[in-house]
Amino acid sequence: MYRYTDFDTAFVAERNRQFRQQVERRIAGHLTEDEFKPLRLMNGLYLQLHAYMLRVAIPYGTLNSAQMDQLALLAEKWDKGYGHFTTRQNIQYNWPKLRDVPDMLDALAEVGMHAIQTSGNTIRNVTADHFAGAAADEIADPRPVAELLRQWSTDHPEFQFLPRKFKIAVTGSPNDRAVIKAHDIGIQVVEREGRIGYRVLVGGGLGRTPMIGKELTEFVPLAELLPFVEATVSVWNLLGRRDNKYKARIKITVHEHGIDEIRRLVEDRFAETRQAFNGADLELFDEIAAQFQPPAFRNVPTDAYDSAYEADPVFRAWADTNLWDHKAPGYAIAQISLKPHGQTPGDATADQMRVMADLARRFGHDELRISHEQNVVLPHVHKSDLPEVHKILKAHGLATANIGLISDIIACPGMDYCALATARSIPIAQEIATRFDELKIEHEIGDLKIKISGCINACGHHHVGHIGILGLDRAGVENYQITLGGDATETASLGTRTGPGFSAEEIVPAVERVVQAYLEHRESPEEPFLAAYRRLGMAPFKTALYGEETGKKARAA
Amino acid sequence: MPKPFTPKVVTANALLEGDVIYLAADDSWVRSLSQAEVLTDEAVAQIRLLDASARQAEAVGVYLADVAPSDEGPQTTHFRETFRATGPSNYAHGKQAEG
Repeated sequence: MYRYTDFDTAFVAERNRQFRQQVERRIAGHLTEDEFKPLRLMNGLYLQLHAYMLRVAIPYGTLNSAQMDQLALLAEKWDKGYGHFTTRQNIQYNWPKLRDVPDMLDALAEVGMHAIQTSGNTIRNVTADHFAGAAADEIADPRPVAELLRQWSTDHPEFQFLPRKFKIAVTGSPNDRAVIKAHDIGIQVVEREGRIGYRVLVGGGLGRTPMIGKELTEFVPLAELLPFVEATVSVWNLLGRRDNKYKARIKITVHEHGIDEIRRLVEDRFAETRQAFNGADLELFDEIAAQFQPPAFRNVPTDAYDSAYEADPVFRAWADTNLWDHKAPGYAIAQISLKPHGQTPGDATADQMRVMADLARRFGHDELRISHEQNVVLPHVHKSDLPEVHKILKAHGLATANIGLISDIIACPGMDYCALATARSIPIAQEIATRFDELKIEHEIGDLKIKISGCINACGHHHVGHIGILGLDRAGVENYQITLGGDATETASLGTRTGPGFSAEEIVPAVERVVQAYLEHRESPEEPFLAAYRRLGMAPFKTALYGEETGKKARAA
Repeated sequence: MPKPFTPKVVTANALLEGDVIYLAADDSWVRSLSQAEVLTDEAVAQIRLLDASARQAEAVGVYLADVAPSDEGPQTTHFRETFRATGPSNYAHGKQAEG
C-alpha cells in the first residue's frame, strides 16, 4: 500500500504546524470564531452538539496495522475510548478538546494520516471499493487512481473554494461497491479491447435533491483521466450555483444545464487542461501503482477451513455471511461487522481496533479496509487462518454474522452527535437490529439493506437503502419517513417514499410490517427484498404499513 | 400577530472543551441547565444574548433556547435541547456521565 514520500510528510507536518498556531491564536483571543472556523474546518475539526468532532481521512478506506493502532491510541488518549467509522471511509472522534487537536494531528502524521480536506468546500476524501486489490471480480485495483486523485486534489489551488463539497469514488469492478452513482464524480475501471480505461459518471448525490449520476464519458484512457477530471471540476467551479448552497452541488448544475451541455463544456475545457498536463501525472501514477502490488500469497491447503466449516455451525454461519470471493486461490476477503445487535453502527473501541490491527498483522498481509457500510475488512486472509481469525473476533465482540443482512444498518450519527440532524438515527438502528435478532429471522430474510439518516443531508444514504429511513422534526417530535426500493450498487435507484412518517415508537413495528409483507409475497427465499419490491411495486408494502384502503389506492395508481 | 415570547436560556458550546454551557444569572457559564438563568422578558433576553455573544474567548455559537420553568429549574421543551442538556442516547457520555 502507498507510503508517504518525504514531500507528503513535510507537507502534512507544515499544515499541522500552521494549525497548531491557529489554535493557539484562537485560544489567546487573536482570532475570532468567524476567522477560526474556516481554518478548523480545513483541518477536519467541527463543533457538534456535545463537543468538537475530528474527522480523519482514511483515503480509499485503506489502512495498515500501525495506522489502525494509532487510531486506537487517539481514541484512548483524547476521546472516550472509541471511534466512529463513517460512510465516507473516514473515522470520526466525537469528544476531542480544542487544545488537544494539534497533538492528535501530529500523532496521525506519525503514521502518514491527516484530516486535511475532510471538511470544507473542496474535494473530499476519495473513496473506493473496500475490496480493492482483492476482489475476484476486479478488473484493476482502483486505489492507484484514487491515490493519484488524492495527491492531485490536496491543496489544489483552483479547488479550495468550490461552490460546495465535492466527492469522488472509484471502483475497479463492474459490481459497484463504492456507490459511484451517488457521488459528484464516479469513476469505474473498464476494459475495452484489452485496454484499461475509465468510465466517468457525474452529478450523482443524495441529500435534499437526490440524483443518480449520469455518464459523462464511457471511456477515457489513463493518460487523459486526470485532465478530464480537472476539466469537469473546473467547469462546475465556474457554473456552480454559489447563490444558493442547496443548489450548489454539481448534480444541480448537471440537471439545470443537461448532461449534453456539461459534456460539451467539459470537452472544451479538457482541450485546455490536457495541454497543461505534461506527463508528470503518468510518471507519478506508475510510482503509486508500484506501491499497490499484491502481497505474496501463500499456496497452502485449506483443510483447517474445510473441517471447521463442516464441524462448527457458528463458524459456518459467519463464513457464509461475512466472507467474499478473493482473486487468489485459497484466500478470502473477511468482513468484520461493526454492527453487533443493539450497538452503535460503525463504532469500534480502542481494544477492538487493536485486535483488528493485530489480525491484519498476523493473518492479513498487514492490510485493512474501512467499508462505506461502516464495517472493517481484512482483504487478504488465507482460508486456513480463518478459524483462528473467527475465534479471536468472537472473543472481542467482532464476529457478528450479519454482513448484508437486516441488522447491517448504515446509520449516520444523527441528533445524538450531529449539529445538523433533525432526529436521531442510532437508537432506531439499535432497536431494529435488536428486534430482528429477537425474531431470529435475519438469515431467512436474506439480503436487505436498511439505511438511516437523521436529516435531509442523507449521510446515512437512506435514499439508496432497500428500506430507507429519514428522521425529521415534526412539530418538536421525532418522525421517521420510510422509502423503499433504493439501491446503491451498479443497478442504482432512489427509494420511493411510502407515505406519512412514523413516530420513534412506531418506526420499528412499521419496518417489521414491511419485512413481513416481503416474506409473504416473495416468490421464493431466493428472491431478495429488492427484487421482490421491483416486481411487486409499492402496493403490498403500503397495505402493510397503512392498511388495506391505502394499498388499494397504490394499486390503482 | 407577533408570537408571544416564551421563557429562554442563553446557551452555547465552551470554546476549549466544546461541551454545552448555559449562562447563569451571575454572568458565569455553567455546565448544568438547572443552574441557567431563565429569561422571561424578551428585551432582557436580547441584551443577555448580545453580551454573551461578545464573549468569544469563552463560548462558541451562542443562542437562546426555549425552556419551561419548573420548581427543579428550567426544563427543555424540544428533544434537541434535551440531548444537549443530557448527552447522547447511545452511551452514558456527556452531561449524564458528569452527573
